[in-house]
Amino acid sequence: MTVTWATYEADYFDYSGPMVPGAVVLDHEIAPRSGWSAVVSAGTVLTLVDVGGNQSGDCLIYAAADTTERYSVPDTLVAQRNAYLVEGSVLMSNEGRPLMTIVGNEVERQDTIGGACSKESNTLRYGHHTRFHHACRENFLLEGARHGLGARDLVSNINWFMNVPVEADGTLGIVDGMSAPGKRVALRAERDVLVVISNCPQVNNPCNDFNPTPLRVIVTDPSASVSETDRR
Amino acid sequence: MIEDLGAGRRARTRTLAEARADAHARADVRVEAMPYLPASSSPYAPVGVDTSRIVWAETVGGPGYTHATLARGTRIRFEDTDGHACAHVVVFNADRHGERLNLADTQKVPWQAYLGAGHPLLSGDGRVLATVAADTSTRHDALCGVTTLAANRRRYGAGEAHSATPAGRELLRLAAAKEGLGARDLPPSVSFFKGVRVEPDGALEWTGSAGPGVTVDLIAEMPITILVANAPHPLDPEDSYRSTPLRIHAWTAEPSSDRDPWWSGSPERARAYANTQQYLTARGIR
Repeated sequence: MTVTWATYEADYFDYSGPMVPGAVVLDHEIAPRSGWSAVVSAGTVLTLVDVGGNQSGDCLIYAAADTTERYSVPDTLVAQRNAYLVEGSVLMSNEGRPLMTIVGNEVERQDTIGGACSKESNTLRYGHHTRFHHACRENFLLEGARHGLGARDLVSNINWFMNVPVEADGTLGIVDGMSAPGKRVALRAERDVLVVISNCPQVNNPCNDFNPTPLRVIVTDPSASVSETDRR
Repeated sequence: MIEDLGAGRRARTRTLAEARADAHARADVRVEAMPYLPASSSPYAPVGVDTSRIVWAETVGGPGYTHATLARGTRIRFEDTDGHACAHVVVFNADRHGERLNLADTQKVPWQAYLGAGHPLLSGDGRVLATVAADTSTRHDALCGVTTLAANRRRYGAGEAHSATPAGRELLRLAAAKEGLGARDLPPSVSFFKGVRVEPDGALEWTGSAGPGVTVDLIAEMPITILVANAPHPLDPEDSYRSTPLRIHAWTAEPSSDRDPWWSGSPERARAYANTQQYLTARGIR
């Protein structure tokens, strides 16, 4: 049986708006369970809106000019000497260079150690009856293929709006989220980057409140806003 | 140390016969960092291991790198001989390099961020590549990865493979190339012999080395390709670049089975080994 549970419309949804003002370059609703990708130009800001609340957005970032340089969990953690992402965190590449910076964040902390779900790891985590649940790895592979990327290009990712505490003895895992409808995170591109987001389909743990909902992605160009103001 | 390797040899290599004699005269030089061939001849063979079963014996320099493709059931022992080795390791399915170490799954599936005896090294395909079978160090890290060229240039002035302070990633890049792999094939690596812990506020606390003479054993649960870089950990607080040798011995042993406590240590682990067994059975690997 294919599990396709999701909520596409609800009166509690909050689509919010961009965290950083500027000309809107892109505005897209990522449907529940689906993937999205786009090149985000240096200097522009991507706002991701948690429309339904506690909806994980699994995210990979690549240098647009050379995708062998890509988001790196270890380099990001080492650079800030902390396991959690907050406002000001710089998202680093595997070459130790900045890709994006968190310039706005409306939840207590963002996760980057929980990894992405896959059909394969679902069998380990929840039993073989979950083998055919759709998963982030599927979305990453399909979106990546549009840019010439494959399994070799999948690395540890960011999980926007997901909550993964680490206890003193090393116990870690996914627990109830700290987000809510309309909460946002904003990322400034430090160079031209390819951003891939999987709107997580997982329904076997609380990462999506057991109810996948939409994400909204808005890219704004603050410099375009400034120049328009100047003209007036 | 700057050594004049030409001392006493210059002007005795003018003809091919002289040059050949000079080269042949060097063959028995022994240095600290070198492989031992045949592996059974290792001067440091682990106590209690039948030397005829040893398939790989090598002292990797500090800094340095190595790599190997190994059979299922191979037991690999790393030793931090002097207390300042850090083994940065990436493991692949030898038959299909797209299947490789996935550290997020390695931590998430067993619900445990800290690696120790019995911890499976999981691939992104829901299978066990290798198991940490024994550990006298307990100081390891699966969060911080390796140093980069950019970071080492800032910190030590250089980070190229040919420099005296090579970055871990530059060494892994070379190890990968020797196995036919490229930059895309390097996921986050795990570090043995240097520990990091997560504080309640998320701060990464350095717990460092357990001292000289400690070992970690891995068991290859399928045919694997393994890349190893020995270089300082990214959070190493020492001002100077300090890296001491890493000793490796590998020998033919048994893959994990349901007799091992980690096989059924949790339902997640039991299913990971079941998936691995299924893959091997279908693939015709015993």
